[in-house]
Amino acid sequence: MKILLIEDDTEAAKYLVQALDEAGHVTHHAADGETGMAMAESMDYDVMIIDRMLPRRDGLSIIESLRAQNDNTPVLILSALGEVDDRVAGLRSGGDDYLTKPYAFTELLARIEVLARRANPAEADKALSELKKLITPIGNAILGTSGNNYEVDAGASPGTFIVKPTEQAYRERLTNAVGAAVEVIRRRIDSLGNVEANIVRQGADRVLVQVPGFEDTKALKRLIGQTASLSFHEVHPTISAEEALATRVPYGYVIIREDEANRGSQLIKENEVVSGEDLVDAQPGFDQRTNEPIISFRFNQAGARKFGRFTQSHVGQPFAIVLDNGKDESGKRDIRVLSAPVIREPILGGSGQISGSFTVQTANELAVKIRSGALPTSLTIVEERTVGASLGEDSIEAGEWAAVVGTMAVAFFMLFAYGLFGIFSLIAVFLNLVLIVGVMSTLGSTLTLPGIAGLVLTVGMAVDANVLIYERIREELRNGKTSISAIESGFNRAFTTILDSNLTTLIAGLVMFWLGAGPVRGFAVTLSLGIFATVFTAFTVTRLLVSLWIARQKSRKIPAPL
Amino acid sequence: MFKGVDFWPHNKRLPIMDVRKFFIAGSMIAVLLAIGIIATRGLNFGIDFKGGSLFEVRQTSGKIDVAQIRKTLGELGLGEIQIQALDLPGEALIRVETQKPAEGQNAEKAQQAVEGKVRSALGPDYEFRRTEIVGPAVSGELKEAGVIAVLFAIAGILVYIWFRFEWQFGVAAILALVHDIIITLGVFSLLRLDFGLSEVAALLTLAGYSINDTVVVFDRIRENLRRYKRMALPELMNLSINETLSRTVLTATTTFLAVLALYVFGTEVIKGFSFAMLFGILIGTWSSIFVASPFLLWIGVKRDWSGEGGSATGAAAKAKA
Repeated sequence: MKILLIEDDTEAAKYLVQALDEAGHVTHHAADGETGMAMAESMDYDVMIIDRMLPRRDGLSIIESLRAQNDNTPVLILSALGEVDDRVAGLRSGGDDYLTKPYAFTELLARIEVLARRANPAEADKALSELKKLITPIGNAILGTSGNNYEVDAGASPGTFIVKPTEQAYRERLTNAVGAAVEVIRRRIDSLGNVEANIVRQGADRVLVQVPGFEDTKALKRLIGQTASLSFHEVHPTISAEEALATRVPYGYVIIREDEANRGSQLIKENEVVSGEDLVDAQPGFDQRTNEPIISFRFNQAGARKFGRFTQSHVGQPFAIVLDNGKDESGKRDIRVLSAPVIREPILGGSGQISGSFTVQTANELAVKIRSGALPTSLTIVEERTVGASLGEDSIEAGEWAAVVGTMAVAFFMLFAYGLFGIFSLIAVFLNLVLIVGVMSTLGSTLTLPGIAGLVLTVGMAVDANVLIYERIREELRNGKTSISAIESGFNRAFTTILDSNLTTLIAGLVMFWLGAGPVRGFAVTLSLGIFATVFTAFTVTRLLVSLWIARQKSRKIPAPL
Repeated sequence: MFKGVDFWPHNKRLPIMDVRKFFIAGSMIAVLLAIGIIATRGLNFGIDFKGGSLFEVRQTSGKIDVAQIRKTLGELGLGEIQIQALDLPGEALIRVETQKPAEGQNAEKAQQAVEGKVRSALGPDYEFRRTEIVGPAVSGELKEAGVIAVLFAIAGILVYIWFRFEWQFGVAAILALVHDIIITLGVFSLLRLDFGLSEVAALLTLAGYSINDTVVVFDRIRENLRRYKRMALPELMNLSINETLSRTVLTATTTFLAVLALYVFGTEVIKGFSFAMLFGILIGTWSSIFVASPFLLWIGVKRDWSGEGGSATGAAAKAKA
């Protein structure tokens, strides 16, 4: 086959050209976008392999221009950008296949062969029916299926096919990924110990993490957002990374840079001996001799067996422990060799330790990440709100002052306006607050400043119910009713009014809860609880106190209470 | 026994409905003015709706030099930066607009980078007391959710009042409510106050609360409609408003006192919220007394309430204002 490779990493390109050469293909190489475009336009190729990030011209724009010119040469995009979005963008731009770096050469070879075959119309029908075998229903036998995972269609031009995940498949994978992410984040934060975190999924693709009392947001973000997986690789027995760089990288091997402190890179076998999935435990600790921070790990049975076999047959050779941190902020893949010790004797127990210039903190964080497993998807922080401890204290103090002064002001007012009955209503309001705080602590909500605001507002609104009752009693008394019947009709008549006015506020409270980003939700909770407590106490506590007062009266004729 | 001081002049009757045209005219002018102000000046959206970053910082020496901070941060090239000194010694609020992502960079990650840049530019002498970073995706959603929430709350209250009274009452109450909300928004626009999620929460609370007084008045109107079958509607409404006037004012007073304490003692976060509430209580009480009933009269009410709930076939004489 005649292949065009557009790739700016000359080392990688050199290796690839040579390997394709060995596999019997003719490969032309262009090191930047403009040159690649010119070559693609001037010559016919069977397959093109195009990198995405290229100097002078972006890979995707090359593909788009080619497609615009009706050039349907199969294109395999080769890129370090491997997110779903990246791959989708690549395929949308007109690419036929997408392979994420680092990749195995065998896979690349297989894929370009497939691309070439698909371009052959005679094979198209066969390919289509093969592709249709990918389609499987989503869901299970009990709950029924909600659709298929893929849609497969023949594309517009012969030899192209459209395989796209269905909306349901996309949603299901998102749901699963977010659910798994919640679990991973919980395990990671739990492992900090002594931290009470609230982690819930929010909406379709969000996770809300609240960690009260934890100041180090930077560490927290690192802990939440980063993926980390360990794997164990064979190191090339004879060729060093430097030699491989100078000549060529042998087939099946990759160069991975070593941890900063150690400098130098390692030439390791691409397929791992044992993967991170076989790790069951990782704990930070200290080396007994050097007192350096280390991480000790343990394999499961399968991992221990594989590792034991490998170390038995490779005594005297080095092996590499590779840490894949996923992608950093700039989208670059952060993958490095943590250490490359020489195997002195077979390691059969299925456990070991890594020393790799850790600090206590990095050892700790890394152990947590390894233990909690890799995140199913990379997470981006879309909203962050932090309140420093000093401000937190200040604002809670301010909230408490507001609560005390507000309650006092209301108390004085009620006492002034209604005397003894004013005291009754204050007792009711006090019990009201006790109820709210009680329910809140049962629900496990934390008291925040907005929560206190809700409480203060509840005090103001709770006495309203009593004001309505007492004013009604006064009105009935003015109309010449006896004390008892005035009280009776005061409570009865005011009931519907109180219910109506509180229910409207409850509607607002519920809508607010739905609107609910963190602080607003805390307010909505206390406000809504306050409404229930208000209606309850106004008609039980106040009424009880008033009845007790009536019962204590000595003379049969009850004096006007208000 | 101390019975409390009944200081309310219960025997005084205010001829509110007689001069209702002035109140309605005044309120209408206020609403139109508010709409005009909002249309021309817009609302000063906080980062909840606009996106961007906000930092509340404190210079540990207790003295803050806003000009100096502006100069230091201006060199970072973060776009528009607002710096506002707070009442507390050494404290300032720094707002940084939504960052445009660099080529190929995730828009959300661009926002996240701001904090690190600001922190390292200001150095260790500044304590970061509060940090809020809202990415473009979230701010867009919150804006939408805020509008939907207010509309939902209004619709919910309308349905409830309709269900409990009659549709005329519901519509009149909602008109009064919309009046309150628009004027409050107008004040926020006029004073260039930050309008964020907690202010929307205040509007929602206000919606629920300001309807309370209106419900008290409407309840009494309904009661009096049953009692005085022949009384002219304006007179009946005036009687109802006056009978409930002490309630309307006193309930507003207690809540006002409580929220005033929040406003006076509250920190930056709670000030906007309590301001909206304070103003809302005033305007809500005003509208319950002077605006809601004239609206109801204008829409018209069913006179015959003798059959509980009223039958559709009843002689529903509608009085027109």
